[in-house]
Amino acid sequence: MVSRVVVGAHYGLRDWLAQRVTAAIMAVYTVVVLWVILAGPPLTYTAWRELFARGWLRVATLLFAASLAWHAWVGVRDILMDYVKPDGLRLALQVLVLLAIAAYLGWTIQILWG
Amino acid sequence: MRGERGILPHRRSDIIERMSEAAAKKIRPKYLSLQALIFEIRLPLPGWVSILHRVSGAALFLAGVWLLWMLDRSLASEAGFDAVKRYAGLWPVKLSLLALLWAYCHHFCAGIRFLFLDLDRGIDKDTARLTAGAAIVAGLALTAWLGTLLW
Repeated sequence: MVSRVVVGAHYGLRDWLAQRVTAAIMAVYTVVVLWVILAGPPLTYTAWRELFARGWLRVATLLFAASLAWHAWVGVRDILMDYVKPDGLRLALQVLVLLAIAAYLGWTIQILWG
Repeated sequence: MRGERGILPHRRSDIIERMSEAAAKKIRPKYLSLQALIFEIRLPLPGWVSILHRVSGAALFLAGVWLLWMLDRSLASEAGFDAVKRYAGLWPVKLSLLALLWAYCHHFCAGIRFLFLDLDRGIDKDTARLTAGAAIVAGLALTAWLGTLLW
């Protein structure tokens, strides 16, 4: 009566799905922001500044950045798992990547609301 | 049947001998040297879309700090905005930004293709090759379009 789960930490499906959901969010953001920029006035400093002064764009950009952070983590981790075989080196690189992504996110928030 | 038409059927030992001769001509195991990767292995089109998806994703991740730095400066002040505009006009910078723009566009198009594949759409070989070509072309076309709009 032993029911054993033989493989996996069960993050596979979650990450697989997250990769796709975040991709869809970013795709929608890309099209919308591109549309807003192309339909707007020529890009002077004032127009650029006003664009990012809009509340909805700031929030949308934050959602984009959060999606990107998760998406990039899954993607880069997959690359590291495929090509970097020594465990210690891979772990070190993965930690570095996580730190970089956290820094990217913090910086983005600072840029948007700083 | 073959015997009746004048061609003698091969004896089993002959066949085995020929097979081992053919095998002996190939150097095995085959190591994936850089030379083999560049000159010998021919990836099918979907393979190119896949590896370019990976390469473009990695490039975008690594370039994140650079892009954020430019976004930060361009929003900080008018002087910063002008400085970034001048900086982006330098040809090595322009070339790098164009490469990153392609990376984004390719990653976008290939990604949409992968989403359809996940939904079991277009998974037969012919369609998969066709959409692979379409993703590569669309990525390049988008890059050209947005590139001319930007500069």
